[in-house]
Formats: sequence, C-alpha cells, structure tokens
Amino acid sequence: MRHRLTKKSGNFSEWLIQKLLLLAGISSMLIMALIFVFLFKEAVRFFFTANPFDLIGKWVYDDWEGHYVFKMMWQSISEVPKYSLIPLICGSLLVAFPATVIAGVLGLGCAIYLSELAPSKVREILKPTLELLAGIPSVVIGFVMLAFIATFIQNTFHTKFRLNAFVGACGVALAVLPIMITIAEDAMRAVPKDLRDASYALGATKWQTVWGTVVPAAVSGISAAIILGFGRALGETMIVLMATGNAALVTGNIFSSVRTMTANIAAELGSVAQGSEHYYALFLVGAVLFTFTFVLNLVSEIVLNKMRQKLRM
Amino acid sequence: MSEALLLTLPKLTSQRVRWSEILSDVLVRFFALIPLSALGFIMYMIIRKGAGTITWSFLSQMPLNGMTEGGIFPCIFGTLAITLLMILMALPLGVAAAIYLTEFAGRGFFFRVIRAAVNNLAGVPSIVFGLFGVGFFILFVGRSFDHVLKTGMLFGQPCMLWAAATLAVLVLPVIIVSTEEALNAVPQSQRSASLALGATKWQTIWHVVLPQARGGILTGAILSISRGAGETAPILFTGCAYFLPRLPVVHLFGVIPIVNPFDQFMELSYHIFIMATQSLDAVKTLPIQYGTTLVLISLTFFLNFTAIIFRIHFRKKMGMVSV
Amino acid sequence: MLIAEENQGIGEKTNMGTRTLAGGVLSDREDVTRNPIKIFTRELDMYYGAVRALQGITAEIKERAVTALIGPSGCGKSTFLRTLNRMNDTIPGARIEGTVMIDGVNIYGADVNVAALRRMVGMVFQKQNPFPKSIFDNVAYGPRLHGITDKAVLEHMVEESLKKSAIWDEVKDRLDTSAMQLSGGQQQRLCIARVLAVGPEIILMDEPASALDPLSTAKIEELIHQLRKNYTIVIVTHNMQQAARVSDFTAYFYMGSLVEFGETKTIFTNPTKKETEDYITGRFG
Repeated sequence: MRHRLTKKSGNFSEWLIQKLLLLAGISSMLIMALIFVFLFKEAVRFFFTANPFDLIGKWVYDDWEGHYVFKMMWQSISEVPKYSLIPLICGSLLVAFPATVIAGVLGLGCAIYLSELAPSKVREILKPTLELLAGIPSVVIGFVMLAFIATFIQNTFHTKFRLNAFVGACGVALAVLPIMITIAEDAMRAVPKDLRDASYALGATKWQTVWGTVVPAAVSGISAAIILGFGRALGETMIVLMATGNAALVTGNIFSSVRTMTANIAAELGSVAQGSEHYYALFLVGAVLFTFTFVLNLVSEIVLNKMRQKLRM
Repeated sequence: MSEALLLTLPKLTSQRVRWSEILSDVLVRFFALIPLSALGFIMYMIIRKGAGTITWSFLSQMPLNGMTEGGIFPCIFGTLAITLLMILMALPLGVAAAIYLTEFAGRGFFFRVIRAAVNNLAGVPSIVFGLFGVGFFILFVGRSFDHVLKTGMLFGQPCMLWAAATLAVLVLPVIIVSTEEALNAVPQSQRSASLALGATKWQTIWHVVLPQARGGILTGAILSISRGAGETAPILFTGCAYFLPRLPVVHLFGVIPIVNPFDQFMELSYHIFIMATQSLDAVKTLPIQYGTTLVLISLTFFLNFTAIIFRIHFRKKMGMVSV
Repeated sequence: MLIAEENQGIGEKTNMGTRTLAGGVLSDREDVTRNPIKIFTRELDMYYGAVRALQGITAEIKERAVTALIGPSGCGKSTFLRTLNRMNDTIPGARIEGTVMIDGVNIYGADVNVAALRRMVGMVFQKQNPFPKSIFDNVAYGPRLHGITDKAVLEHMVEESLKKSAIWDEVKDRLDTSAMQLSGGQQQRLCIARVLAVGPEIILMDEPASALDPLSTAKIEELIHQLRKNYTIVIVTHNMQQAARVSDFTAYFYMGSLVEFGETKTIFTNPTKKETEDYITGRFG
C-alpha cells in the first residue's frame, strides 16, 4: 500500500497546462521565426526570374538619349520593370536619419529634464502626456502633417515639393520621440545617486554634473534609445506614405519628394498579382526592411542588457 | 570679524553667471514643452476642424455619393469589430506567455532570449506585419484550411479574421510586457502562502496571482485595443475595404446577427488614409477627413487615458511607485 | 528586590518555573521527551548554487511537541525549516543532499506528491500574508483546492479552524469582510487558521511573531501552547525568551550547522557547548 504522501493526483492537467504555457511563452520567438521564413520564402523567388544586379540598377535603352543608360529606379509598372532598391533605401534613410536626429536632440533634452530637473508633480503630468502622444495613431500624425504642417514648411523653406522627406521626418520624429525619451530617461534615472553626490562634492554645478557625470554614465542607454528610435523611424509606414510625396528618386536633398521602403510596399502591394516578379520584389523590400530593423532592435536590446547587468553589479 | 573670513565670504556668495548653464537650463525646459505642445496642437487642430462635422447622422449613416457625403458608421462598426476580434485572440496568448515568462522561465539564458524576441517583435515595422498577414495567414493558413476543409475560397482571401489575427500578432508584445509587470507586482509571499497550503503551481497562479494582477492585465488589454484601433498598415492588404455597401454581418441560423469574420470591412484609420490621399474629391471631403480623424483620435485618446488611470490605480494598490 | 532576583542561580527552580541563562523563565509542562519521532533528518546538506547553506544536519523532531530553531541571522535555521515542506523547491538553483524522513517516508523521494506533503506540513510565514480575499475565503482556500465545494462542510471547517486559532470570537460576525482589514496580529492568527483548515500534522512557523506587537505576540504564543497538544510544531525565532517560553526542544544553528540540539530546559540552563552558551547569554557578536 502506498503512503498518502506518495499518492499521485491530477498531475496530468498540471503537466499539460505547463506545456501550453511554454508554447505561449515561446510564441514570440515562433512568430519572429515565421515572419522571417514567410518574408524570405517569397523574397528569394525574386531571384528565380531576375538578376541580383537589378536590385542596384539596370541598363536601359533610352529613346531620348539614343543609347543605353544605367538607371537606378524603382519603376514596377513599366515596359521594362525596374526594381532598384537604391532609391527606396535612399528615401528611407533620408527620412529616418533626420527624424532620429530631431527626435534624438529633443528626446535627450526631455529625458534630462524629466530625470534631473522636473519636480515630481510635473513628471506626473509629462509622463502620461508622452504616453498619450505615443498613443496617437500614425495615420493621424500623417494626416496632420499632410493637412497642416506640409504647407507651413513649404512656405517657411520655400521648397519645390509640398510633400517631401523633411515633412515626413518631422512626423516620424514625433512618432518615435516618446519611446526614445522613455528609454533615455530610464537610463539616466538608473545612474546611482552616489555618482551625482560625488560630482557635487567636488564642487561641480548642476549642469556640470549632468553633462560631465550623468549623461556619460547613461551613454549606453542613450545610444540604445537612438538605435531603437532609428529602427522605428525606418519602419514607420503611414506617416511617410502620406507626407513624403512618394516619388522614388535617388537624391540627397532633404526637401525632395522621396519614397521609403515601407511606403513602397504599402502603395504597391494592393495592386499586385500574387506570384508575379513584382510581388516577390515587394517581399524582398520587406525582407530587407525586416533585416535592418531586426539588427537595430537586437543591437539596442544587447546594449540595454549590458547596461542592466552593469548596474546590477 | 577676522580678516580670513572677510576674504572668503565674497567667494562663497559670488554669483558668477555661467551662460552655458543658463542656456542648458532654458533649452532643456523648452524641449520638455515640445511633446506637450505637439499633443496639444494635434488635439486642438483636429477638434477645431472636426467638431463641426460630428453629428448623429455622421456617426450613424453609411457613406453616400461615392463617399463624398454621408457618414462613417461602417468604419466605426468595423473598427470596434476588428479590435474585439483581435483582443479575443491576443489576450489569452499574451497573458499565457507572460505567465510562462514570470512564473516558469526562470531568469537564465532562455528567459533573456524570449525577452529579446518579445522586444524585437515590438519593433517589427507595421507594414512587415501586413506582408506577414498576406503571406502567412491568408495564403498559407487560409489556403491550407480551404484545401483541407474543401471550403473553396472562404479562408484564403483577405477578411476580418486575418486582419484581426495580424493585429493580434502586432499587439502581442504590448500585452506580454504589461501582464509581466502586473504579475511581478504580486508579492512573492502570496505565492508562498498558497504553495505552502498544498496548492500546485497552476492553482496558485489561477486562484492567487491572476486575480491580484487583474488591474494590470486590464491596463495592457486597453492599451493594445487602442494600438490596434489606430494601426493601418497591417490591415491594408489583409481585409480592409475601400468601400462596402453593407456591414460585415451575417445572420446566424438566418436570424441572430453576428459579425461576419469572413467578410471584408471598413475601418476608421484606413478611411482617413484613403480619404486624405485617394479620395475622388479631396477638398470636398475635407470635413469627412477631419470628422473621421476626430472620431478615431477620441477613441484612442479615451482608451489610453483610461489605461493610464487604471495603471496609476493598480500601481498604488500594489504599493508601487506610480510614474 | 530586583538585585535579589537577578542573583538567583541559573537553572534553579523558582515558584514560576525554571530560570534560564537568557533571563526568561521556562514554564513547567508535561514531559514530551518520550513522544515518537515525527521528523528525522540525516546528513542533510543544502546548496544555493555553489553556496552550502546547510551542512550535515542530523536531527530528530518529536511528535506533538514544540521545537525551536535558534541562531544568528543567516545561520540556516529558516533554510532548514523550508526543507521540511520542500518550499526550497521554488528557489532556482537550490539543491539538497541527505534525507528528510517524515513518518518514515523520505520526502525528497521521487514518488512524493509535493502538494500532499505541504498539506501535511503547514507553514506560517514571518510576515503575515493573508490573500486579499474575505476572511472566509482565506480559510476556505485550502479545502476548496482539495475539492471541497459543499457550503455547509466549508462553513464547518472554517469555523473549526478559526476557533482552534483563537480568532473566531473576533471575526465571526464579519467573515465576509476583507482579511486585509484585520490587525497584524489577527492576520497572523488567520494565517494559522488557514493552515489548520487543510488538516496538517506538522506546522512550521518562520518567526511568526517578529512583525507583531507584544500583545499580539503573547496571543500567538498562547496559541502555540494550545496547538502543541495536537500538532508537531517547529518554530524559528530570533527571540530567546520566546524560544524558552514556547518550546520543548531547542536546536541551535550556527553557520549552516546544527551546533546543539536538546531539551529546551537543558539548552537554556546547562548547554554543553560554549558557543551555545555565548549565544544564549547574548555574549555572541
């Protein structure tokens, strides 16, 4: 006869629940893997029919010029479809880079204010404000840029195009600002009080302490915020779709119309025949975009993890 | 007074003006005002321009005359229906994932890998989710269902079901992160008490931990509903319709009206996008654009505001720092 | 008068009980030294990762008696307590070697049902930890887990448990109110009632009165005295007088080892080891 301590009971359901929870637990990993597989599965098919070199440009006979010219263009609806990624990457960078700079400068300032200067009452108002700002749908920001800001910027800078990379960048900066502030502020608040005290004890002023001690100590967190913000800026879709003019040009002019990778997919996937070269090309753009943001997110995650470990020690 | 003291006094009290310090101070304070004023500006402009459009008939009517007149009722209906369907899929999965992470995964390498996956998923561009929705849900899962169940083209086409599933994947990290925070806020002593009474781990989670974390989980759910309601890119190709002359409703047994997850749908954020960029007469439809934006932003603002209030309340109850 | 009292010899019988080294007075009680052994540990080692928290603990704990575990902070007494109902299982990296036998069963055996073990070996924690539920639901929590749903049976069990833990009269009119509204001492007695409701044979107490005021502490000690008749009690305490007042046996732990274990009477009046005497008389660090 078994002792009552060794009577097994109801262990199967417990086991089953644990396995189900494990499955849910790894769901994010599973989804990441599925996204990867289903993007690249379609993306590689592009190379079944097209030349990898096409992703940079194509020699096309130009009727006007009367000879072949090398064209770096994204022109999917054309007699000779051209799928150069250069103008799209160029467009994405021309939006994401200024957006990150704008949001980085503003974000660092806000983070310093929140962690070093703000009285707790002000914090209690500003932090929820940031969340509410983060909660504004990107289509609304896009609409506001399109409806109000674009004209204002055109009149101020006398730009040729009403909708251009800069207008998009301003909108994207607004969209990525809250998360950048949050991460940078967390990093600065994690700087131990001892370090600040040591600086004050040496006779440093408030701002000497901020610039000389707090910001350098939080530099990894701040860089993580910038990297993450850049990743989010690259991935932003609706704002750039509505506010950048959508002309796929290779340009370095920030006031030129551009087309980003994200906007390109959003604008064209709806009208494409599944299984066509064009369809695969769009998935290829998605795969490139996914790779960029994946790497950026991963780097910022690693930087933040390192920082947390250092602080724990 | 001694001579030495007299000499040191002016030094201690001298106010040397440091322009760089003043500049830093002013600049940082000015920067801190920008998010606040941006939010204020957006809200003010949308309310000022959109308030005039909001009438009962605008909220309750179908679009008319090639969408240049009439209301946005089907968009409101579609937004509510799809976010509801989304949260039904995302909440159980996200909560279960967070339970696994906080209660079972430990704090080792595996835990960090899962955390990295969650954070990375949160950073995947929304348009990539759109591609994923098309490639995975519609063409792979949907077509496979149709093939196996012999249902023709029921599953293998853009519809509310797949749009909701795509959004569910997108908001999953939001739910996981906020549920994790809520579960971690439940004191360890509560778990110990239950385990010491002979409860199994799951009984402890179900009867003790989850009830106490309810407020925090609810916060996450509201936040993700708001996020889902505002997203456009993931649903562009997975089920959203430019115009539908009917509501996506089917009558169960011919009588009970329910949302038809196999139908396409109209949606607020998509409606704003097409009205602003692809409308037949973008100037004539401006009031509709402002009105629709006001409706959407009121919805998300209300949801976010509720979530923030809930969270402050929850954190106070659990004795946590509130901001 | 005061001086005269202090000059009375250690270990001498006073009219109240036996005076101890720690200054308290042992109450005279019936002899429990011949009670059967309930818990037996042999060469028990416990590791947290690479750190050895317990080494070679061999002890016999008698049935229906109170055994006090004393020693400085971090000496392993709480760790030892938690090995007895396997609460250390929940700590990642915790590992055990040696045996713990309860009623002749090795509780670390592969076939042991941990939930059943914890039902048999109840535990009261240092900080009272009632669930944020009603008083009734707190006590009924355990029985409900184990499948009792009949309202009448539950009511009976709750009433019995609350009576046994001497809190029934204070709460009988407000069983539906939240347990969080009770005072600290009441909460701790409620936690004891919650343990009693699952029908344990052994009750482990981890400094159950350390967070309470003297009056509540006295009530808990009185309760321990009552429970001793039907339960085997193992109590960790920082308070030497408390150990002397409530326990029949005392174990002195130091740096993960069991230094001395014996009748409280002996330990507190005539310890065999110098370290024990130093600790009890307060000469220790």
